Amino acid sequence: MSAKVLLCRCEDVTLAEVEHAIESGQHDIESLKRFTGFGTGWCQGKQCLIACARVLAARVGELPLAPVTPRPPVHPMPLGMLASLGDAVSVDRVASERASEDEGER
Amino acid sequence: MSGGRYRVVIIGAGIMGLSTAWHLAKAGITDVLVVDRGYLCGGASGRNGGGVRAQFSSETNIRLMRESIEICRNFAAEMKINVWFRQGGYLFLTRTKQRARMLEASAKLQRDCGLETRLLSPAELRDIVPEIDPTGVELASFNPGDGVVFPWPFVWGYAKAAKDRGVEIATFTEVEGFATKNGRITGVRLVRTRHDAIVAEDRVERTTAAGPGPRLDPARTRVIPDDAERLEVECDTVILCAGAWSPSIAKMLGIELPNKPHRHEICSTEPLKPWLGPLVADLTDGLYFSQSMRGEIVGGIAVEPTPEGINQRSSAQFLATYARSLVRAVPSLTRVKVLRQWAGCYDLTPDGNPIVGRVDGCDNLVMACGFMGHGFMMAPVMGRLLAEHVATEETTELFARWNLRRFREGKLLSESMIIG
Repeated sequence: MSAKVLLCRCEDVTLAEVEHAIESGQHDIESLKRFTGFGTGWCQGKQCLIACARVLAARVGELPLAPVTPRPPVHPMPLGMLASLGDAVSVDRVASERASEDEGER
Repeated sequence: MSGGRYRVVIIGAGIMGLSTAWHLAKAGITDVLVVDRGYLCGGASGRNGGGVRAQFSSETNIRLMRESIEICRNFAAEMKINVWFRQGGYLFLTRTKQRARMLEASAKLQRDCGLETRLLSPAELRDIVPEIDPTGVELASFNPGDGVVFPWPFVWGYAKAAKDRGVEIATFTEVEGFATKNGRITGVRLVRTRHDAIVAEDRVERTTAAGPGPRLDPARTRVIPDDAERLEVECDTVILCAGAWSPSIAKMLGIELPNKPHRHEICSTEPLKPWLGPLVADLTDGLYFSQSMRGEIVGGIAVEPTPEGINQRSSAQFLATYARSLVRAVPSLTRVKVLRQWAGCYDLTPDGNPIVGRVDGCDNLVMACGFMGHGFMMAPVMGRLLAEHVATEETTELFARWNLRRFREGKLLSESMIIG
């Protein structure tokens, strides 16, 4: 039965896989995330974190006091949009290194 | 683990410590305890890009990495775990004349050491990755034998194989101090923590345009309850391989390490169908990216300045800098979406070479740190060498050269092919 229950739909992690991971010694939420891959897909854990934490809490008898570290960007963002943020936020090391090399040649 | 005595205590259950523990156990030394303040894969071993390459600028690194790559090829069969190793090569790009000359010299040395490295013009590099825009590229080099692994199962593979042979691994177990006598470590004092005690240092950084955020207050990132279990274990030998945390532990013994932690950020995109063969690394701005076996484009870039000290928080500055450089290199990625970003710490030394071997004045302490962001790929071979060193007590030429005392004696080394 638990092999047919999906806890993480993005990465196809089933209840059986989470149970197996806990049995094999993954007793904290960060280790469980890494071992099963839950929460690393499109939704970044928005749908599955609570479900996985509940299973973990029920098995080890202790509720995790903190969720997994949230990873930005909170919503998937296109590279082109991030690239267009420009000098205000980003640094262009190629341009600066070229400029200093040109200066050296003069 | 409840006190007791061990032949070897290894501080740091990253890939370096676990590889060493496994090699010790394989050589019959199973009386080994590996301690870590956090969980497996929680430090740099679980946060790196998984690159494994032999393209370096020093003969030592080239030869060591040839052996590491060979170990990666056989890892799945020997350890019974899929590490998703893929030999798609490493494609290095340079965008300035000076760096192109360094790349030429390194490629020659690599060929002399038996690698198949070849130099490519901007036009030729498109034979390897047609999607790259070669504008502005001076010269490229390609070694088809380099590759990538998925770091997590690599760590678990060593951990499980070591445990199966009798090694004890204690996570959430932090070093608080040492007992010493006549210049030797006789015991290690440990405290057991909880997983939520260490998460605060990994939180998202708040500032963006104004640069990196303020340095974290260590007192606010550590939560060790008053009733935490404390214990002391006795040992013959201690191996310190705690990566960026090594200096703070060495300090408990009065040893000053010249290493500095250096935050390095990475991100991962939505999965794409396989199109990218090699890991591409631009030596000019520190951009690198590869396609994982899950299909994601995983990569990073150097961003300066980074906050001082241990800091594993993510910044918007990184994301913007990386996206700008990546879209310049591969314009067709413009509409591909970033799903997640994270950070880890390089363990940097002043001369770009690691600190390995025994420490003068502390006879039974063996150091293995300062791997410059290459610790993961070096660990398969270094674990063997460290275990041999502990088992035989013989000092090799390599360990003498990489010894901590070179900083006191002013005999510094070099390595120019460092990404980031």
